Amino acid sequence: MSEINRGASHLLAPVLANKRVGQYHQIVLGIGDLVKSCRPGNFVAIKVGGDSSRMILRRAFAISRVAESVSFGGTMELIVAPHGTGSKWLCSQSEGAEVDIVTPLGTAFGIPTQPVNALLVGGGYGSAPLFGLAEVLKARGCKVDMLLGASTGGKIYAPMEGKRSVNSLKIFTEDGSMGELGRVTEPILKLVEDKLVDVIYSCGPMGMLRAISEITANSDVVHQCAVEEAMACGIGICMTCVLPVRGESGQISMLRSCIDGPVMDGAQVQWDLVGQAPEVAP
Amino acid sequence: MSNFDFSTTLGNAFFNTPIFTASGCASSGKELAQFFPLNEIGAVVTKSVMNKPRYGRPTPRMAETPSGMLNSIGLQGPGIDAFLAKDVPWLVEQKSRVIVSIAGETVEEYATLARKVRSVPGISALEVNISCPNVENRGLVFACDPDASRRVIDGVRRTIGGEIPIIAKLSPDVTNLPAIAQGVVDAGADGLALINTVLGMVINLDSMRPHLGGKTGGLSGPAIRPVAVRAIYQVHAAMPQVPILGMGGVSSGRDALELILAGASGVSVGTASFGNPHAVIEIQRELQELLIAKGFPTLKSAIGYAHREEGQ
Repeated sequence: MSEINRGASHLLAPVLANKRVGQYHQIVLGIGDLVKSCRPGNFVAIKVGGDSSRMILRRAFAISRVAESVSFGGTMELIVAPHGTGSKWLCSQSEGAEVDIVTPLGTAFGIPTQPVNALLVGGGYGSAPLFGLAEVLKARGCKVDMLLGASTGGKIYAPMEGKRSVNSLKIFTEDGSMGELGRVTEPILKLVEDKLVDVIYSCGPMGMLRAISEITANSDVVHQCAVEEAMACGIGICMTCVLPVRGESGQISMLRSCIDGPVMDGAQVQWDLVGQAPEVAP
Repeated sequence: MSNFDFSTTLGNAFFNTPIFTASGCASSGKELAQFFPLNEIGAVVTKSVMNKPRYGRPTPRMAETPSGMLNSIGLQGPGIDAFLAKDVPWLVEQKSRVIVSIAGETVEEYATLARKVRSVPGISALEVNISCPNVENRGLVFACDPDASRRVIDGVRRTIGGEIPIIAKLSPDVTNLPAIAQGVVDAGADGLALINTVLGMVINLDSMRPHLGGKTGGLSGPAIRPVAVRAIYQVHAAMPQVPILGMGGVSSGRDALELILAGASGVSVGTASFGNPHAVIEIQRELQELLIAKGFPTLKSAIGYAHREEGQ
Protein backbone atom coordinates (compact mmCIF):
# COMPACT_ATOMS: atom_id res chain seq x y z
CA MET A 1 0.00 0.00 0.00
CA SER A 2 0.94 3.57 -0.45
CA GLU A 3 0.97 6.25 2.23
CA ILE A 4 -1.01 8.62 0.01
CA ASN A 5 -4.61 9.18 1.17
CA ARG A 6 -4.05 6.65 3.95
CA GLY A 7 -6.90 6.97 6.40
CA ALA A 8 -9.27 8.47 3.82
CA SER A 9 -12.71 6.94 3.46
CA HIS A 10 -15.52 7.48 0.97
CA LEU A 11 -18.94 7.38 2.61
CA LEU A 12 -22.43 8.80 2.87
CA ALA A 13 -22.65 11.04 5.92
CA PRO A 14 -25.90 12.31 7.45
CA VAL A 15 -26.34 16.05 7.94
CA LEU A 16 -26.95 16.36 11.69
CA ALA A 17 -27.22 20.13 11.81
CA ASN A 18 -27.14 23.06 9.45
CA LYS A 19 -27.51 26.54 10.86
CA ARG A 20 -26.72 29.99 9.65
CA VAL A 21 -23.97 31.82 11.51
CA GLY A 22 -23.64 35.34 10.16
CA GLN A 23 -22.73 35.04 6.47
CA TYR A 24 -21.77 31.38 6.85
CA HIS A 25 -23.38 28.03 7.47
CA GLN A 26 -22.26 25.76 10.26
CA ILE A 27 -22.82 22.22 8.99
CA VAL A 28 -22.38 19.15 11.18
CA LEU A 29 -21.96 15.74 9.55
CA GLY A 30 -22.05 12.35 11.28
CA ILE A 31 -18.86 10.48 10.42
CA GLY A 32 -18.64 7.90 13.21
CA ASP A 33 -15.24 6.48 14.04
CA LEU A 34 -13.62 8.40 11.22
CA VAL A 35 -13.18 11.30 13.67
CA LYS A 36 -10.22 9.37 15.06
CA SER A 37 -8.35 9.82 11.77
CA CYS A 38 -9.10 13.56 11.38
CA ARG A 39 -6.45 16.11 12.37
CA PRO A 40 -6.64 19.92 12.34
CA GLY A 41 -5.75 21.04 8.82
CA ASN A 42 -7.29 18.02 7.04
CA PHE A 43 -10.11 18.59 4.59
CA VAL A 44 -13.18 16.87 3.24
CA ALA A 45 -14.22 16.57 -0.43
CA ILE A 46 -17.99 16.63 -0.91
CA LYS A 47 -20.05 15.66 -3.94
CA VAL A 48 -22.52 18.44 -4.67
CA GLY A 49 -25.72 18.88 -6.60
CA GLY A 50 -27.22 15.39 -6.33
CA ASP A 51 -26.99 12.50 -8.77
CA SER A 52 -28.26 14.32 -11.84
CA SER A 53 -26.07 17.35 -11.27
CA ARG A 54 -24.04 18.88 -14.08
CA MET A 55 -21.37 19.61 -11.45
CA ILE A 56 -19.02 16.67 -11.76
CA LEU A 57 -16.30 17.70 -9.30
CA ARG A 58 -16.25 17.54 -5.53
CA ARG A 59 -15.90 20.66 -3.44
CA ALA A 60 -13.15 20.78 -0.84
CA PHE A 61 -13.82 22.22 2.63
CA ALA A 62 -11.49 22.58 5.57
CA ILE A 63 -12.65 20.55 8.55
CA SER A 64 -13.51 23.09 11.23
CA ARG A 65 -13.45 20.59 14.10
CA VAL A 66 -14.36 17.04 14.96
CA ALA A 67 -16.04 15.86 18.15
CA GLU A 68 -17.46 12.75 19.73
CA SER A 69 -20.65 12.70 21.74
CA VAL A 70 -22.89 10.01 23.20
CA SER A 71 -25.95 11.10 21.24
CA PHE A 72 -24.37 11.72 17.81
CA GLY A 73 -21.18 9.65 17.83
CA GLY A 74 -18.35 11.11 15.80
CA THR A 75 -19.17 14.43 14.13
CA MET A 76 -17.42 16.78 11.75
CA GLU A 77 -18.16 20.50 11.63
CA LEU A 78 -17.70 22.64 8.52
CA ILE A 79 -18.05 26.38 8.08
CA VAL A 80 -19.28 27.01 4.56
CA ALA A 81 -19.67 30.29 2.71
CA PRO A 82 -22.52 29.94 0.20
CA HIS A 83 -20.65 31.64 -2.66
CA GLY A 84 -20.79 29.29 -5.63
CA THR A 85 -23.37 26.85 -6.94
CA GLY A 86 -21.76 23.92 -5.12
CA SER A 87 -21.44 25.53 -1.71
CA LYS A 88 -24.98 26.94 -2.01
CA TRP A 89 -26.25 23.42 -2.66
CA LEU A 90 -24.43 22.14 0.42
CA CYS A 91 -25.83 24.99 2.54
CA SER A 92 -29.34 24.08 1.35
CA GLN A 93 -29.10 20.51 2.66
CA SER A 94 -31.35 20.09 5.63
CA GLU A 95 -30.99 17.92 8.68
CA GLY A 96 -31.41 14.26 7.80
CA ALA A 97 -30.05 14.59 4.25
CA GLU A 98 -27.04 12.46 3.32
CA VAL A 99 -23.98 13.79 1.58
CA ASP A 100 -21.28 11.83 -0.24
CA ILE A 101 -17.92 12.66 1.30
CA VAL A 102 -14.26 11.64 1.05
CA THR A 103 -12.26 12.40 4.18
CA PRO A 104 -9.89 12.98 5.91
CA LEU A 105 -7.67 14.24 3.12
CA GLY A 106 -4.44 16.22 3.00
CA THR A 107 -1.75 17.13 5.48
CA ALA A 108 -2.41 18.33 9.02
CA PHE A 109 -0.94 21.17 11.05
CA GLY A 110 2.19 20.02 12.85
CA ILE A 111 1.68 20.06 16.61
CA PRO A 112 4.78 20.96 18.65
CA THR A 113 5.91 18.44 21.24
CA GLN A 114 6.92 21.27 23.63
CA PRO A 115 4.65 24.08 24.83
CA VAL A 116 5.33 27.05 22.52
CA ASN A 117 3.89 30.47 21.82
CA ALA A 118 1.52 29.90 18.93
CA LEU A 119 -0.09 32.61 16.84
CA LEU A 120 -3.13 31.60 14.79
CA VAL A 121 -4.04 33.90 11.91
CA GLY A 122 -7.29 33.51 10.02
CA GLY A 123 -8.73 35.40 7.07
CA GLY A 124 -12.52 35.32 6.60
CA TYR A 125 -13.95 31.86 7.17
CA GLY A 126 -10.36 30.60 7.00
CA SER A 127 -10.55 30.95 10.76
CA ALA A 128 -12.80 27.88 10.99
CA PRO A 129 -10.13 25.15 11.26
CA LEU A 130 -8.07 27.30 13.62
CA PHE A 131 -10.47 26.87 16.54
CA GLY A 132 -10.13 23.08 16.45
CA LEU A 133 -6.36 23.55 16.18
CA ALA A 134 -6.41 25.94 19.15
CA GLU A 135 -8.00 23.28 21.34
CA VAL A 136 -5.26 20.79 20.44
CA LEU A 137 -2.51 23.35 21.06
CA LYS A 138 -4.00 24.40 24.40
CA ALA A 139 -4.11 20.77 25.46
CA ARG A 140 -0.36 20.63 24.74
CA GLY A 141 0.22 23.59 27.04
CA CYS A 142 0.84 26.12 24.27
CA LYS A 143 0.02 29.80 24.60
CA VAL A 144 -2.49 30.42 21.83
CA ASP A 145 -3.14 33.90 20.49
CA MET A 146 -5.44 34.47 17.56
CA LEU A 147 -5.76 37.22 14.98
CA LEU A 148 -8.76 37.24 12.68
CA GLY A 149 -9.28 39.53 9.73
CA ALA A 150 -11.77 40.15 6.95
CA SER A 151 -12.88 42.94 4.66
CA THR A 152 -15.91 43.57 6.86
CA GLY A 153 -17.33 42.43 10.21
CA GLY A 154 -19.95 40.16 8.65
CA LYS A 155 -17.21 37.98 7.23
CA ILE A 156 -15.51 37.33 10.57
CA TYR A 157 -16.12 33.85 11.89
CA ALA A 158 -15.48 33.74 15.65
CA PRO A 159 -17.89 31.54 17.60
CA MET A 160 -18.32 32.17 21.32
CA GLU A 161 -17.17 28.67 22.32
CA GLY A 162 -14.11 29.04 20.10
CA LYS A 163 -12.99 32.11 22.01
CA ARG A 164 -12.57 29.99 25.12
CA SER A 165 -9.83 27.93 23.51
CA VAL A 166 -7.51 30.90 22.93
CA ASN A 167 -5.57 33.14 25.32
CA SER A 168 -6.34 36.26 23.30
CA LEU A 169 -8.34 37.11 20.22
CA LYS A 170 -8.00 40.28 18.15
CA ILE A 171 -10.17 41.12 15.18
CA PHE A 172 -9.28 43.40 12.28
CA THR A 173 -11.54 44.60 9.48
CA GLU A 174 -10.59 46.64 6.47
CA ASP A 175 -13.68 48.83 6.84
CA GLY A 176 -13.44 49.11 10.64
CA SER A 177 -16.91 47.64 11.12
CA MET A 178 -15.63 45.17 13.72
CA GLY A 179 -12.55 45.16 15.93
CA GLU A 180 -9.66 47.35 14.83
CA LEU A 181 -9.41 49.06 11.47
CA GLY A 182 -6.69 47.52 9.31
CA ARG A 183 -5.28 44.28 8.01
CA VAL A 184 -4.80 41.20 10.14
CA THR A 185 -1.14 40.98 9.11
CA GLU A 186 -0.22 44.41 10.51
CA PRO A 187 0.56 43.44 14.14
CA ILE A 188 2.54 40.32 13.18
CA LEU A 189 5.87 42.01 12.40
CA LYS A 190 6.20 43.43 15.90
CA LEU A 191 5.24 40.12 17.53
CA VAL A 192 7.94 38.40 15.47
CA GLU A 193 10.56 41.08 16.19
CA ASP A 194 9.81 40.99 19.91
CA LYS A 195 10.17 37.19 19.81
CA LEU A 196 6.72 36.73 21.31
CA VAL A 197 5.81 33.98 18.86
CA ASP A 198 7.44 30.65 17.94
CA VAL A 199 4.98 29.22 15.44
CA ILE A 200 2.40 30.88 13.21
CA TYR A 201 -0.51 28.82 11.92
CA SER A 202 -2.47 30.50 9.16
CA CYS A 203 -5.49 29.82 7.02
CA GLY A 204 -7.09 32.25 4.61
CA PRO A 205 -6.57 33.91 1.24
CA MET A 206 -3.27 33.32 -0.56
CA GLY A 207 -2.36 37.01 -0.33
CA MET A 208 -2.53 36.84 3.46
CA LEU A 209 -0.44 33.66 3.59
CA ARG A 210 2.17 35.25 1.35
CA ALA A 211 2.30 38.42 3.47
CA ILE A 212 2.89 36.35 6.63
CA SER A 213 5.64 34.35 4.87
CA GLU A 214 7.37 37.60 3.95
CA ILE A 215 7.22 38.81 7.57
CA THR A 216 8.65 35.55 8.96
CA ALA A 217 11.24 35.15 6.17
CA ASN A 218 14.25 36.38 8.16
CA SER A 219 13.22 35.02 11.52
CA ASP A 220 13.19 31.70 13.37
CA VAL A 221 9.42 31.67 13.39
CA VAL A 222 7.91 28.60 11.75
CA HIS A 223 4.98 29.40 9.47
CA GLN A 224 2.54 26.58 8.77
CA CYS A 225 -0.07 27.74 6.30
CA ALA A 226 -3.12 26.00 4.88
CA VAL A 227 -3.13 26.91 1.19
CA GLU A 228 -6.08 27.32 -1.11
CA GLU A 229 -5.76 26.30 -4.77
CA ALA A 230 -8.49 25.15 -7.15
CA MET A 231 -8.74 21.34 -7.02
CA ALA A 232 -10.57 18.92 -9.27
CA CYS A 233 -10.08 15.66 -7.37
CA GLY A 234 -8.71 16.30 -3.85
CA ILE A 235 -6.91 12.94 -3.86
CA GLY A 236 -3.78 13.63 -5.90
CA ILE A 237 -4.68 12.28 -9.33
CA CYS A 238 -5.55 15.38 -11.36
CA MET A 239 -2.45 17.59 -10.87
CA THR A 240 -4.44 20.83 -11.08
CA CYS A 241 -3.86 22.20 -7.55
CA VAL A 242 -0.08 22.49 -7.72
CA LEU A 243 2.10 25.12 -6.06
CA PRO A 244 5.83 25.76 -6.55
CA VAL A 245 7.61 24.61 -3.39
CA ARG A 246 11.33 24.47 -2.66
CA GLY A 247 12.48 21.07 -1.41
CA GLU A 248 15.35 20.17 0.92
CA SER A 249 17.81 19.99 -1.96
CA GLY A 250 16.84 23.51 -3.05
CA GLN A 251 15.02 22.18 -6.09
CA ILE A 252 11.60 23.66 -6.84
CA SER A 253 8.78 21.16 -7.37
CA MET A 254 5.17 21.68 -8.31
CA LEU A 255 3.51 20.02 -5.31
CA ARG A 256 -0.14 19.09 -5.10
CA SER A 257 -1.91 21.12 -2.44
CA CYS A 258 -4.33 18.22 -1.87
CA ILE A 259 -1.83 15.57 -0.80
CA ASP A 260 1.36 17.57 -0.11
CA GLY A 261 -0.88 20.24 1.44
CA PRO A 262 -3.10 21.95 2.32
CA VAL A 263 -0.77 22.58 5.25
CA MET A 264 2.61 23.60 3.87
CA ASP A 265 5.74 25.27 5.20
CA GLY A 266 5.18 28.91 4.26
CA ALA A 267 8.93 29.49 3.99
CA GLN A 268 9.24 26.90 1.21
CA VAL A 269 6.28 27.98 -0.93
CA GLN A 270 7.60 30.10 -3.80
CA TRP A 271 4.88 32.71 -3.61
CA ASP A 272 6.31 34.84 -6.42
CA LEU A 273 6.10 31.86 -8.79
CA VAL A 274 2.47 30.96 -8.07
CA GLY A 275 0.55 31.19 -11.32
CA GLN A 276 3.70 31.06 -13.42
CA ALA A 277 5.42 28.24 -15.21
CA PRO A 278 8.95 27.95 -13.84
CA GLU A 279 11.26 28.55 -16.76
CA VAL A 280 13.81 25.81 -16.32
CA ALA A 281 13.05 22.13 -16.07
CA PRO A 282 13.39 20.73 -12.54
CA MET B 1 -21.75 -14.32 -12.73
CA SER B 2 -18.21 -15.28 -11.84
CA ASN B 3 -18.20 -17.57 -14.89
CA PHE B 4 -18.85 -14.64 -17.21
CA ASP B 5 -15.91 -14.12 -19.58
CA PHE B 6 -15.10 -10.46 -18.95
CA SER B 7 -11.64 -10.65 -20.50
CA THR B 8 -10.39 -8.62 -23.41
CA THR B 9 -7.30 -8.22 -25.54
CA LEU B 10 -5.50 -5.27 -27.06
CA GLY B 11 -3.13 -6.65 -29.67
CA ASN B 12 -1.28 -9.49 -27.96
CA ALA B 13 -1.97 -8.19 -24.45
CA PHE B 14 -4.60 -9.98 -22.37
CA PHE B 15 -6.62 -8.32 -19.61
CA ASN B 16 -9.01 -9.95 -17.12
CA THR B 17 -11.46 -7.08 -17.40
CA PRO B 18 -12.00 -4.32 -19.98
CA ILE B 19 -12.04 -1.41 -17.51
CA PHE B 20 -8.86 0.63 -17.16
CA THR B 21 -7.87 3.94 -15.68
CA ALA B 22 -7.25 6.72 -18.22
CA SER B 23 -3.85 8.29 -18.65
CA GLY B 24 -3.57 11.50 -16.67
CA CYS B 25 -6.49 10.57 -14.42
CA ALA B 26 -4.85 8.13 -12.04
CA SER B 27 -1.36 9.60 -11.70
CA SER B 28 0.68 6.40 -11.32
CA GLY B 29 -1.80 4.48 -9.22
CA LYS B 30 -0.68 5.07 -5.65
CA GLU B 31 -3.35 7.68 -4.96
CA LEU B 32 -6.25 5.36 -5.89
CA ALA B 33 -4.90 2.29 -4.09
CA GLN B 34 -6.53 3.47 -0.85
CA PHE B 35 -9.94 3.10 -2.49
CA PHE B 36 -9.74 -0.24 -4.35
CA PRO B 37 -7.14 -2.91 -5.13
CA LEU B 38 -5.49 -1.89 -8.38
CA ASN B 39 -5.13 -5.52 -9.47
CA GLU B 40 -8.91 -5.95 -9.63
CA ILE B 41 -9.28 -3.70 -12.68
CA GLY B 42 -8.14 -4.37 -16.23
CA ALA B 43 -5.05 -2.17 -16.05
CA VAL B 44 -3.67 1.07 -14.72
CA VAL B 45 -2.83 3.42 -17.58
CA THR B 46 -0.24 5.77 -16.14
CA LYS B 47 0.00 9.51 -16.71
CA SER B 48 1.80 10.36 -19.97
CA VAL B 49 5.45 10.69 -19.13
CA MET B 50 8.12 12.59 -21.07
CA ASN B 51 11.83 11.99 -21.28
CA LYS B 52 12.79 14.77 -18.87
CA PRO B 53 11.08 15.96 -15.67
CA ARG B 54 8.57 18.65 -16.45
CA TYR B 55 6.81 21.39 -14.47
CA GLY B 56 3.79 21.68 -16.71
CA ARG B 57 1.65 24.73 -17.25
CA PRO B 58 0.93 27.60 -14.84
CA THR B 59 -2.12 27.61 -12.57
CA PRO B 60 -5.07 27.95 -12.74
CA ARG B 61 -5.08 24.58 -14.47
CA MET B 62 -8.72 23.68 -14.05
CA ALA B 63 -12.18 25.01 -14.77
CA GLU B 64 -15.37 23.10 -14.17
CA THR B 65 -17.84 23.34 -17.05
CA PRO B 66 -21.36 21.96 -17.46
CA SER B 67 -21.00 18.16 -17.08
CA GLY B 68 -17.30 18.47 -17.70
CA MET B 69 -14.09 20.24 -16.93
CA LEU B 70 -11.17 21.84 -18.70
CA ASN B 71 -7.65 21.00 -17.67
CA SER B 72 -4.35 22.42 -18.72
CA ILE B 73 -1.77 20.44 -16.79
CA GLY B 74 0.81 20.40 -19.56
CA LEU B 75 2.29 16.95 -18.85
CA GLN B 76 3.81 17.72 -15.47
CA GLY B 77 5.82 14.68 -14.47
CA PRO B 78 8.98 13.14 -13.04
CA GLY B 79 10.56 12.13 -16.35
CA ILE B 80 10.81 8.59 -17.72
CA ASP B 81 13.86 7.46 -15.75
CA ALA B 82 12.42 8.25 -12.31
CA PHE B 83 9.03 6.93 -13.41
CA LEU B 84 10.38 3.58 -14.58
CA ALA B 85 12.62 3.24 -11.52
CA LYS B 86 9.96 4.03 -8.91
CA ASP B 87 6.39 3.97 -10.16
CA VAL B 88 6.32 0.93 -12.45
CA PRO B 89 7.98 -1.44 -9.93
CA TRP B 90 5.44 -0.32 -7.32
CA LEU B 91 2.54 -1.13 -9.65
CA VAL B 92 4.08 -4.48 -10.57
CA GLU B 93 4.43 -5.23 -6.87
CA GLN B 94 0.67 -4.62 -6.48
CA LYS B 95 0.18 -7.25 -9.23
CA SER B 96 -1.49 -4.57 -11.30
CA ARG B 97 -1.48 -4.72 -15.09
CA VAL B 98 0.32 -1.64 -16.37
CA ILE B 99 -0.04 0.34 -19.58
CA VAL B 100 2.59 3.06 -19.78
CA SER B 101 1.66 6.24 -21.62
CA ILE B 102 4.43 8.29 -23.21
CA ALA B 103 4.49 11.79 -24.70
CA GLY B 104 7.28 13.53 -26.56
CA GLU B 105 8.05 16.79 -28.28
CA THR B 106 9.88 15.19 -31.18
CA VAL B 107 9.75 11.94 -33.14
CA GLU B 108 13.13 11.07 -31.62
CA GLU B 109 11.88 11.63 -28.07
CA TYR B 110 9.08 9.11 -28.58
CA ALA B 111 11.58 6.54 -29.87
CA THR B 112 13.85 7.16 -26.88
CA LEU B 113 10.92 6.76 -24.50
CA ALA B 114 9.83 3.54 -26.20
CA ARG B 115 13.35 2.11 -25.93
CA LYS B 116 13.43 2.85 -22.20
CA VAL B 117 9.97 1.36 -21.63
CA ARG B 118 10.92 -1.80 -23.56
CA SER B 119 13.73 -2.53 -21.14
CA VAL B 120 11.46 -2.63 -18.06
CA PRO B 121 9.58 -5.83 -17.18
CA GLY B 122 5.93 -5.97 -16.18
CA ILE B 123 4.46 -3.54 -18.73
CA SER B 124 1.50 -4.88 -20.71
CA ALA B 125 1.21 -2.24 -23.41
CA LEU B 126 2.53 1.14 -24.51
CA GLU B 127 0.17 4.06 -25.08
CA VAL B 128 1.73 6.60 -27.40
CA ASN B 129 0.02 9.88 -26.56
CA ILE B 130 0.37 11.97 -29.70
CA SER B 131 -2.65 14.09 -28.91
CA CYS B 132 -2.09 16.00 -25.66
CA PRO B 133 -3.70 19.39 -26.30
CA ASN B 134 -1.73 21.10 -23.54
CA VAL B 135 1.57 21.68 -25.24
CA GLU B 136 3.00 25.13 -25.83
CA ASN B 137 2.69 24.89 -29.56
CA ARG B 138 -0.45 23.39 -31.03
CA GLY B 139 1.74 22.49 -34.01
CA LEU B 140 3.20 19.82 -31.74
CA VAL B 141 -0.06 17.93 -31.51
CA PHE B 142 1.14 15.18 -33.79
CA ALA B 143 -2.29 13.58 -33.98
CA CYS B 144 -3.67 16.58 -35.86
CA ASP B 145 -1.25 15.93 -38.72
CA PRO B 146 -1.47 12.57 -40.54
CA ASP B 147 2.15 12.66 -41.61
CA ALA B 148 3.55 13.57 -38.17
CA SER B 149 1.36 10.89 -36.54
CA ARG B 150 2.74 8.25 -38.88
CA ARG B 151 6.34 9.31 -38.27
CA VAL B 152 5.98 9.08 -34.49
CA ILE B 153 4.41 5.61 -34.61
CA ASP B 154 6.92 4.46 -37.20
CA GLY B 155 9.77 5.54 -34.90
CA VAL B 156 8.23 3.71 -31.94
CA ARG B 157 7.55 0.62 -34.06
CA ARG B 158 11.20 0.45 -35.11
CA THR B 159 12.11 0.41 -31.42
CA ILE B 160 9.45 -2.03 -30.21
CA GLY B 161 9.34 -5.10 -32.38
CA GLY B 162 6.12 -6.67 -31.13
CA GLU B 163 7.04 -7.43 -27.52
CA ILE B 164 4.16 -5.28 -26.29
CA PRO B 165 1.32 -3.69 -28.26
CA ILE B 166 1.59 -0.07 -29.31
CA ILE B 167 -1.59 1.92 -28.79
CA ALA B 168 -1.75 5.34 -30.45
CA LYS B 169 -3.84 7.89 -28.56
CA LEU B 170 -5.63 10.16 -30.98
CA SER B 171 -7.38 13.51 -30.82
CA PRO B 172 -11.00 14.02 -31.87
CA ASP B 173 -10.07 17.56 -32.97
CA VAL B 174 -9.49 16.57 -36.59
CA THR B 175 -11.58 16.61 -39.72
CA ASN B 176 -10.99 13.04 -40.83
CA LEU B 177 -10.28 10.81 -37.85
CA PRO B 178 -10.49 7.47 -39.73
CA ALA B 179 -7.76 8.68 -42.12
CA ILE B 180 -5.42 9.59 -39.24
CA ALA B 181 -6.24 6.25 -37.58
CA GLN B 182 -5.49 4.36 -40.79
CA GLY B 183 -2.17 6.18 -41.06
CA VAL B 184 -0.94 5.20 -37.61
CA VAL B 185 -2.13 1.61 -38.06
CA ASP B 186 -0.23 1.43 -41.36
CA ALA B 187 2.83 2.77 -39.50
CA GLY B 188 2.61 -0.08 -37.01
CA ALA B 189 0.16 0.79 -34.24
CA ASP B 190 -1.48 -2.36 -32.84
CA GLY B 191 -4.39 -0.46 -31.36
CA LEU B 192 -5.91 2.98 -30.92
CA ALA B 193 -6.90 4.97 -27.84
CA LEU B 194 -9.90 7.17 -28.56
CA ILE B 195 -10.40 9.95 -27.54
CA ASN B 196 -8.11 12.47 -25.92
CA THR B 197 -9.71 15.64 -24.55
CA VAL B 198 -11.36 18.20 -26.81
CA LEU B 199 -9.69 21.60 -26.98
CA GLY B 200 -11.69 24.28 -25.19
CA MET B 201 -11.58 27.62 -23.38
CA VAL B 202 -13.33 29.36 -20.52
CA ILE B 203 -13.26 33.12 -20.12
CA ASN B 204 -13.31 34.41 -16.56
CA LEU B 205 -15.92 37.12 -16.16
CA ASP B 206 -14.04 38.83 -13.33
CA SER B 207 -10.76 39.22 -15.20
CA MET B 208 -12.46 39.09 -18.61
CA ARG B 209 -9.53 37.02 -19.85
CA PRO B 210 -9.05 33.30 -20.48
CA HIS B 211 -9.38 31.62 -17.08
CA LEU B 212 -6.70 28.96 -17.47
CA GLY B 213 -3.03 29.80 -17.07
CA GLY B 214 -2.42 28.02 -20.37
CA LYS B 215 -5.42 29.86 -21.91
CA THR B 216 -6.77 26.72 -23.65
CA GLY B 217 -7.42 23.38 -22.01
CA GLY B 218 -8.70 19.90 -22.70
CA LEU B 219 -12.41 19.30 -22.15
CA SER B 220 -13.30 16.00 -20.48
CA GLY B 221 -16.19 14.46 -18.61
CA PRO B 222 -19.72 13.43 -19.64
CA ALA B 223 -19.95 16.50 -21.90
CA ILE B 224 -17.67 14.81 -24.45
CA ARG B 225 -19.04 11.27 -24.26
CA PRO B 226 -21.08 11.55 -27.49
CA VAL B 227 -17.93 12.75 -29.27
CA ALA B 228 -16.11 9.64 -28.02
CA VAL B 229 -18.93 7.32 -29.08
CA ARG B 230 -18.96 8.88 -32.54
CA ALA B 231 -15.17 8.67 -32.91
CA ILE B 232 -15.05 5.02 -31.81
CA TYR B 233 -17.99 4.11 -34.04
CA GLN B 234 -16.44 5.80 -37.10
CA VAL B 235 -13.02 4.23 -36.64
CA HIS B 236 -14.38 0.78 -35.82
CA ALA B 237 -16.52 0.94 -38.94
CA ALA B 238 -13.47 1.73 -41.04
CA MET B 239 -11.11 -0.76 -39.34
CA PRO B 240 -13.11 -3.38 -37.43
CA GLN B 241 -10.03 -5.55 -36.87
CA VAL B 242 -8.08 -2.85 -34.98
CA PRO B 243 -8.65 -2.92 -31.21
CA ILE B 244 -9.78 0.35 -29.65
CA LEU B 245 -9.28 1.46 -26.07
CA GLY B 246 -12.22 3.82 -25.65
CA MET B 247 -12.46 6.76 -23.28
CA GLY B 248 -14.36 10.03 -22.99
CA GLY B 249 -16.82 10.93 -20.26
CA VAL B 250 -17.56 7.42 -19.03
CA SER B 251 -19.06 7.65 -15.55
CA SER B 252 -21.27 4.58 -15.28
CA GLY B 253 -21.54 1.01 -16.51
CA ARG B 254 -24.07 2.03 -19.14
CA ASP B 255 -21.63 4.63 -20.49
CA ALA B 256 -18.90 2.01 -20.72
CA LEU B 257 -21.28 -0.34 -22.55
CA GLU B 258 -22.10 2.42 -25.03
CA LEU B 259 -18.41 2.72 -25.97
CA ILE B 260 -18.08 -1.07 -26.23
CA LEU B 261 -21.14 -1.33 -28.49
CA ALA B 262 -19.58 1.38 -30.65
CA GLY B 263 -16.46 -0.75 -31.03
CA ALA B 264 -14.18 -0.37 -28.02
CA SER B 265 -12.41 -3.51 -26.76
CA GLY B 266 -11.59 -1.79 -23.48
CA VAL B 267 -12.76 1.35 -21.71
CA SER B 268 -10.72 3.81 -19.68
CA VAL B 269 -12.33 5.78 -16.88
CA GLY B 270 -10.80 9.21 -16.45
CA THR B 271 -12.49 12.33 -15.15
CA ALA B 272 -15.11 10.25 -13.29
CA SER B 273 -12.37 9.29 -10.80
CA PHE B 274 -11.94 12.96 -9.88
CA GLY B 275 -15.52 13.11 -8.63
CA ASN B 276 -15.64 9.54 -7.30
CA PRO B 277 -12.49 7.72 -6.19
CA HIS B 278 -14.37 4.42 -6.52
CA ALA B 279 -15.55 5.20 -10.08
CA VAL B 280 -13.33 2.67 -11.88
CA ILE B 281 -14.27 -0.30 -9.73
CA GLU B 282 -17.97 0.66 -9.58
CA ILE B 283 -18.18 1.09 -13.36
CA GLN B 284 -16.49 -2.28 -13.83
CA ARG B 285 -19.08 -3.99 -11.63
CA GLU B 286 -21.98 -2.17 -13.30
CA LEU B 287 -20.72 -3.05 -16.78
CA GLN B 288 -20.48 -6.74 -15.98
CA GLU B 289 -24.01 -6.78 -14.52
CA LEU B 290 -25.33 -4.92 -17.52
CA LEU B 291 -23.67 -7.24 -20.06
CA ILE B 292 -25.18 -10.25 -18.31
CA ALA B 293 -28.58 -8.57 -18.06
CA LYS B 294 -28.49 -7.83 -21.79
CA GLY B 295 -27.74 -11.48 -22.50
CA PHE B 296 -24.21 -11.19 -23.87
CA PRO B 297 -22.36 -14.48 -23.31
CA THR B 298 -18.97 -12.71 -23.15
CA LEU B 299 -17.62 -9.19 -23.16
CA LYS B 300 -16.07 -9.82 -26.58
CA SER B 301 -19.48 -10.56 -28.08
CA ALA B 302 -20.59 -7.01 -27.25
CA ILE B 303 -17.65 -5.23 -28.91
CA GLY B 304 -18.94 -3.33 -31.93
CA TYR B 305 -22.43 -4.80 -31.57
CA ALA B 306 -23.98 -1.48 -32.61
CA HIS B 307 -22.57 -2.08 -36.12
CA ARG B 308 -24.57 -5.26 -36.83
CA GLU B 309 -26.73 -5.29 -39.90
CA GLU B 310 -30.44 -4.52 -39.88
CA GLY B 311 -32.53 -7.42 -38.69
CA GLN B 312 -29.73 -8.99 -36.62
